[in-house]
Amino acid sequence: MKSKPPYFWPLLALVAVLLIDLILAPSFFAFTIRDGRIYGSLIDILNRAAPIALIAVGMTLVIATGGVDLSVGAVMAIGGAVAACVIARPSDCILNGLQLPPTAFYAVAAGLVAAALCGIFNGFLVSRVRVQPIVATLLLMVAGRGVAQLLTNGQIVTFTDKTLSSLGSGGTLGLPNPLWIAAFVALAVGILCRRTALGLFVEATGENEEAARIAGLRTRAIIGFAYVLCAVCAGLAGILAAADIRAADANNAGLYAELDAILAVAIGGTAMTGGRFSLAGTLIGAVLMQTVTTTILTRGVSAELTFVLKALIVIGVCLLQSPVLRSRLRNPA
Amino acid sequence: MRGFDWRRHSALTTLVVGVLIYVGCAMNFRGFASLSVAMNLISENAYLGVIGIGLTFVILTGGIDLSVGALAGASGIALARLVQDAHWNPLLAVVAILVGGLALGMVQGMLVARYRLAPFLVTLSGLFFCRGLALYISKEARGIDHPVFKSWTDFAVRLPEGARLPIGAWVFVISLMIAAFVLARTPFGRSVYAVGGSAPSAHLMGVPVQRATISVYAISGFCAALGGILYSIALGSGNPIAGVGMELDAIAAVVIGGTLLTGGYGSVWGTLLGVLILGMIQTAITFQGTLNSWWTKIAIGILLLGFILAQKAIGARASSGP
Amino acid sequence: MAPVLEATGIVKRFPGLIALDQVSLSLTGGEVHALMGENGAGKSTLIKAVTGVTSPDAGEIRVEGKPFQPRAPHDAMARGIRTVHQELNLVPNLPVAENLALGRLPAGPFGIRWHEVRTRAEAALARIGVTIPVSRTVGALSIAEQQLVAIARAVDRWAGEPLRVLILDEPTSSLDRAEVVRLFDVVRRLRNEGVAILFVSHFLDQVYEISDRITVLRNGRLVATGTVAEIPHLELVQQMTGRSIDLESRSGARSRAILGESTTLLEATSLGKRRSVSDVTLTIRAGDVVGFAGLLGSGRTEAIRLLYGLDRADSGRLTGRGPGIRGSLRAGFGLCPEDRKRQGIFPQLSLRENILIALQAQRGWWRPLTKGKQRGLVDDAIARLRIAATDAEQAIGTLSGGNQQKAILARWLAAEPKLLLLDEPTRGIDIGSKADLMGEVERLRSSGMAFVFVSSEMPEVVAASTQVAVFRDRRMVSVFAGASVDEPTLLAAIAEGAPSP
Repeated sequence: MKSKPPYFWPLLALVAVLLIDLILAPSFFAFTIRDGRIYGSLIDILNRAAPIALIAVGMTLVIATGGVDLSVGAVMAIGGAVAACVIARPSDCILNGLQLPPTAFYAVAAGLVAAALCGIFNGFLVSRVRVQPIVATLLLMVAGRGVAQLLTNGQIVTFTDKTLSSLGSGGTLGLPNPLWIAAFVALAVGILCRRTALGLFVEATGENEEAARIAGLRTRAIIGFAYVLCAVCAGLAGILAAADIRAADANNAGLYAELDAILAVAIGGTAMTGGRFSLAGTLIGAVLMQTVTTTILTRGVSAELTFVLKALIVIGVCLLQSPVLRSRLRNPA
Repeated sequence: MRGFDWRRHSALTTLVVGVLIYVGCAMNFRGFASLSVAMNLISENAYLGVIGIGLTFVILTGGIDLSVGALAGASGIALARLVQDAHWNPLLAVVAILVGGLALGMVQGMLVARYRLAPFLVTLSGLFFCRGLALYISKEARGIDHPVFKSWTDFAVRLPEGARLPIGAWVFVISLMIAAFVLARTPFGRSVYAVGGSAPSAHLMGVPVQRATISVYAISGFCAALGGILYSIALGSGNPIAGVGMELDAIAAVVIGGTLLTGGYGSVWGTLLGVLILGMIQTAITFQGTLNSWWTKIAIGILLLGFILAQKAIGARASSGP
Repeated sequence: MAPVLEATGIVKRFPGLIALDQVSLSLTGGEVHALMGENGAGKSTLIKAVTGVTSPDAGEIRVEGKPFQPRAPHDAMARGIRTVHQELNLVPNLPVAENLALGRLPAGPFGIRWHEVRTRAEAALARIGVTIPVSRTVGALSIAEQQLVAIARAVDRWAGEPLRVLILDEPTSSLDRAEVVRLFDVVRRLRNEGVAILFVSHFLDQVYEISDRITVLRNGRLVATGTVAEIPHLELVQQMTGRSIDLESRSGARSRAILGESTTLLEATSLGKRRSVSDVTLTIRAGDVVGFAGLLGSGRTEAIRLLYGLDRADSGRLTGRGPGIRGSLRAGFGLCPEDRKRQGIFPQLSLRENILIALQAQRGWWRPLTKGKQRGLVDDAIARLRIAATDAEQAIGTLSGGNQQKAILARWLAAEPKLLLLDEPTRGIDIGSKADLMGEVERLRSSGMAFVFVSSEMPEVVAASTQVAVFRDRRMVSVFAGASVDEPTLLAAIAEGAPSP
């Protein structure tokens, strides 16, 4: 018996939702080309799914090691805030002391470095101090947003730099830039994991950390790496979000991003308990979520219900993965 | 010291930290050491305290409930809509919402206890569910001008020096007493500690582990709903986005109060101390004037880090054994 | 005297094996009865059958002459049959008094009557002659004191009928000498009160010190029962292991002349760890196979953990590797652990990945093995060790235990370590596989690899080893090398300890 890939069911669900859309509103699949860019609901879905997909890629690795990162939303805010502050140099911002040139390159680099520092903090707490992942990352979830507000002085920092803002709202070869960036990162992480032994090491650590240690893996370094990668992905997503609106909003950037990302991972078939992971599944999960959301919105159903629906989907997916329910379904007694 | 289990007395550390912060504030800020500031600490944080009490039960079993803030927000707006637009009797609306909170908590508890889903995942979904529900009920804040409800908002026991204790403070104090009694003096309360200490052992010793686990989430849901109602009463309105980030404050209060996140050790008295410390930090930053509000989050984060590291150190020392 | 508990003709079948085959056990009030047997002998299944954890397929149990068919542990407890397990007895974060009363806390309108809880707890401890402050947290007590509290809970009358049978499941495995003395005082006291005590232990000296009668199980069958005087040490070891000294025994001295010439890989001098194992003194050279002989729980696994760096020694010296597991890996050591599930396999990963992980870890993540190389190594391992799997991509969790064991061995063989520590590598695998495995060990040994080899199968140890270290009651008692390795000598050393110096 050939087993189905872990993303079989979400892919099927995605096709089903798209079919519903096709029947209800064929215009859903319409494309228009304006100013050399392709527009349409499908492109819009992919573009909106990009930041979450980006975070979910990092989150996949963290969950595969048997952990979870609740701080991604706050790290998004920090990444966006740092980038905006470097490029806009608002008065009395503590980052001005760094004397970085206000160019898009330095803005992005500084944002990513700040995010990486957050990841090192999380990774250190989890792998060295051995604090439970939920608790360790909760710290930055609480304090991270405060740090972002500290950097921006509580203001929404706006900027006008065209290069930076084009990352979020511009397009290349007809497709929006966030889509290209998310695809590139997903591909790069995929190659990093599957063309080297890194993916195997992450899976082995998540499956059985003690056995991994005995077999010679540096489990602490592997866990630390997953948190740093996850934070860098979140930081990049934060920069894209800020670039899109040409402003860093420390209060609202990345709000609930952690749940969306965990959701995408769970739907994509990666078990919450760690071990086997599927990046393709995660990407499909992120796109599926956005398709459902967009479908609901275009059908005129209240947007708030998407929250409720997402919650029910997560619970449903996890119940399906739960061995307790499976055994109960198999032997009804 | 042999035989002295620090984990059972970690609230002592909190007490010392709390007293130090109070003395420090009292020396630096004129008017901080007054009865009205002290009473405000309690009444302004009453809703957080009530939520923290419920959360303490969950964390004592070694679980976590991230849904409390959103549930509180949903309760507040539901109350406003029921009273204002559906013209329910406020008392009836309060009872209905409390039952709703209890039921939601129970469902989450069953998902955790029966189907062995990770508590953070279940309650994170609960967070989304409640937030969506709240926004679905109403996208905007809704004022409540029912006379009975207004009388609740305006009710306060006046104390000397202009200090006052509104209804929230009383509910908080009464909840605290009940919770303390239940945890310390009832078989159910003790089984909460036993589950947090070692669920398999407790099961073998005849403790109804599954029932206790479901109950703590139900209690947490009830307390979150009650906290949301108190918040609405204090403000005189319901707001669907009230309680954003409140779960973090509540968790911080519980942990700073000396309750171990791994379960088994802690008390609601510690949570009271934790809430007061958070309140003092907030008040101190207001008194200070030049520091901005985000320093509150950073200060709470740093304090939380300190307490988590201290818990880790105590845990490591205790498990290395005598 | 009529037996308090009498089990006759107990049969318990599991898919593919008979765990208990017509086993009988009779416990008399006022005796300490030792239940002995190696791994898989059926001790736990027998205890589970009489305490209502599992129900036997055939046989009869009587308590004080009346038929008894327990359906749940609660039934046995109500009839006065109580068990103190090695762990999972108490809740560590609560005080002693509460642990004694948990599940039956007396409560009135003003809540739990704490005063009553405390006085009853003090009485319960006093009844077994122990004084421990009842307000102390259980987690802050020593393991020995925790055991005593657990016994006090079992003895206490709160749970229905008075105690008739007390089952102590390896109560002494992590106690030091003084603590064992204290525990035995309590056991004797209960025995004198007429309680029947079933004592499960792997420590021969303790068994002879405390027991009146002994019952020995092997492979699910009753092989001996009688008074302590009727079953001397050597006989007991022979019954447990199923080896007798008149059996024709092969010498292990077959042309093992490598000793003393090749490079030393690892040298341990009086290595030990408190409450674990002591006096491990060994020199392991290239081309050595060091067999570890001894009964279950004698300290063999603990010694392996010290040698590999899973545990840190607190006495003695070790040269040949750096500190910790990383030191072992850098020196080119490997370990096939005894606890396959917890320390060995990655259940969801494929057979291929499970086999290649150690070699890949050596190479580092940035130098992945090519597909072709992977297939070559895996196919070779599957063929050589005859691992039964549909293909190399099958999740290892779905394979049988024996095949999982072979895969873990294959994992290390692929990594080509200088020294491989094998903890019970042959347990649970069929005869043919054993031969495959041992043939592989001998082939690699002759090419200069060294092994430490733990096995409960005496002939295997004798046949494969260049030297044998004997463990007894958590001490390494002697080393035999070359021609002196034969079964009678080893059995004698296991039974009687070191030849007096």
